[in-house]
Amino acid sequence: MTTLHFANARLIDPEALTDAPGSLSVSGGHIAAISGTAPKGARVIDCGGKCLAPGIVDWGVKVGEPGERHRESFRSAGLAAAAGGVTTLIARPDTLPAIDTPELLEFVTRRAAEAAPVRIRHMAALTKGREGREMTEIGFLRDVGAVAFTDCDHVVTDTRVLARALIYARGLGALVVGHPQDADLSHGASATSGKFASLRGLPAAPALAERIGLDRDLGMVELTGARYHADQITTARALPALARAKANGLDVTAGVSIHHLTLNEFDVGDYRTFFKLSPPLRSEEDRKAVVAAVADGLIDVISSMHTPQDEESKRLPFEEAAAGAVALETLLPAAMRLFHAGALSLPQLFRAMALNPARRLGLAQGRLATGAPADLVLFDPDAPFLLDRAKLRSKSKNTPFDGQRMEGRVLATFVAGKQVFGEVC
Amino acid sequence: MTFRARHLLGIEQLTPEDIRAVLDLSDRYVELSRRTIKHSDALAGMTQINMFFEASTRTQSSFELAGKRLGADVMNMSVAHSSVKKGETLIDTALTLNAMHPDLLVVRHPASGAVNLLAEKVNCAVLNAGDGRHEHPTQALLDALTIRRAKGRIQRLTVAICGDIAHSRVARSNLILLGKMENRIRLIGPPTLMPTGVAEFGCEVHDDMAAGLEGADVVMMLRLQKERMDGGFIPSEREYYHRYGLDAEKLANAKPDAIVMHPGPMNRGVEIDGELADDINRSVIQDQVEMGVAVRMACMDLLAQNLRAERGRAATGGLYA
Repeated sequence: MTTLHFANARLIDPEALTDAPGSLSVSGGHIAAISGTAPKGARVIDCGGKCLAPGIVDWGVKVGEPGERHRESFRSAGLAAAAGGVTTLIARPDTLPAIDTPELLEFVTRRAAEAAPVRIRHMAALTKGREGREMTEIGFLRDVGAVAFTDCDHVVTDTRVLARALIYARGLGALVVGHPQDADLSHGASATSGKFASLRGLPAAPALAERIGLDRDLGMVELTGARYHADQITTARALPALARAKANGLDVTAGVSIHHLTLNEFDVGDYRTFFKLSPPLRSEEDRKAVVAAVADGLIDVISSMHTPQDEESKRLPFEEAAAGAVALETLLPAAMRLFHAGALSLPQLFRAMALNPARRLGLAQGRLATGAPADLVLFDPDAPFLLDRAKLRSKSKNTPFDGQRMEGRVLATFVAGKQVFGEVC
Repeated sequence: MTFRARHLLGIEQLTPEDIRAVLDLSDRYVELSRRTIKHSDALAGMTQINMFFEASTRTQSSFELAGKRLGADVMNMSVAHSSVKKGETLIDTALTLNAMHPDLLVVRHPASGAVNLLAEKVNCAVLNAGDGRHEHPTQALLDALTIRRAKGRIQRLTVAICGDIAHSRVARSNLILLGKMENRIRLIGPPTLMPTGVAEFGCEVHDDMAAGLEGADVVMMLRLQKERMDGGFIPSEREYYHRYGLDAEKLANAKPDAIVMHPGPMNRGVEIDGELADDINRSVIQDQVEMGVAVRMACMDLLAQNLRAERGRAATGGLYA
């Protein structure tokens, strides 16, 4: 294994929350030293003052394997991830069929390892077929590598089933990821209730459906003592409930998608289906509140919620179109909008995109520290470009940022000290 | 002539001048339609396709008659029963039709925004004949014409819109149009049938019918959209009729010369008393149907003029633009 030395870098350390010039050496796939001079025989990479940060740990990526490989394969998702500075991709189990047996999990684990240049870890379904009736073999699935358990956007409505699954998961120390939405209130909705949705005549769910769903989930966590992560908190009125649960010592964390931090409901405009997400985009007040919650650490994780959809499923009337957007490659440039707007610092962003998700999932990634895996991203936060969706590496091109001016480009990505993207070195 | 639009997708895109232009031309088509020889050649040689993805008798026949009186070749397609059932998407259906070179496409669709989507994919003029809960522009225009002819003006009136506002595209379009023409709007209905965010619409909201009708010049009733509801918005039709059905007693709260409107088809005994609906001194419901044909003639005439001008510019390479 070669030794690398990154000289003249701007080190973004999400643990110490520092952003300072420095250098870093890599040996044997791990970070060998922070600062200091190049070790003997090391290949020196002059970073030219650009940012070096721990690679992004993207929690909640939909890959179309098995079942929808025309939308995204492990290979295309892996290439997109590498180009986006994502070094660990946490895949969702909402596939066809759902990943709910150890056999299936072993299969996708093997496929992912063969096909993708970045690390891929998997979540498994919490209930069989994500149907909310019977828990999966949580023990076996954990043994073959499931990092968390979730039914994704299928909310388990039967609280008795959920209680048993949570208690069983607690016994194994397994993490359960919930989708805080009241399933009945949000049934069939494609927008957030309010003036905009009413004028557009779109079926809508109240923003409070999220708080109601979260309150229920937090009650279940209190009942069972389970380890719980809310996949997406996107509304201002859900935040006090989350803060209370954390203050009361419940083992709870929460995430948010990059789209809910950078877009609002008005972006839908004239029924633009690339802006149809699940949950739907929120008001500007909600967006600002959620950005502030990431800044003060109440919301722990920012993820891409990468959801590839083919052209046909988006070229439909808004309420019939599929929800979701691709974002593996646009996560970092979009996050730079928050940085340039002065809302979040680079260390704060990487705390939410790398350190916190890795910690919560029990992974060693996400840190700029001696001994940590050398999963790194070198990027220029100021490089401007015009986003052309046709150039995305994902098989699906459904990005809401098409044609928009972005700032912030990944220059190179390293996994275990090996370069997987970029030209500089 | 101010009306410059390529399509008629909603009232939202129209200016007050556009609206006045449509109403003025409509007045002339009302006169034409009352003659024995009801024919003009405004659309002669043009092809109009009525594409209805949702069942409709009144609107479809109104558009058909309007097109025929203007000399267009009119074709009706009830898409609800044909290729859509075989899995064809909206866009494919649109492209198929587009290949037949229609000049005017009249579209109704159960999904909000579907007509906007379709308009992006075809190169003819598209008229929205109702999309989901979004807009129904020709209905709002015909209502405006009816009001203007009955009241002599279409501004500074107090208009009460009553009933199922949440599910009604007619209410959306009327709300926008009446707002643009500077009228005072009141929305009356049970809170479950009010759209969310209604407080920000800039109109008064009432759940008591008597208070809402107080001093109104125009009372617009809406149909209870049973087919658009997914259940449980009102406890029963008889309770709804008791609280929100328009009868002579409730109407007494409005101005003595207030007119009563309904876009049809009516549910007699649910939202409106049958006798009142037929009272020729108060009800203008039959007038609305007549105005409907004239307004649709005017809209199609104006769009056809713009389409011809656009094609002319394209053919001359912008030489005479």
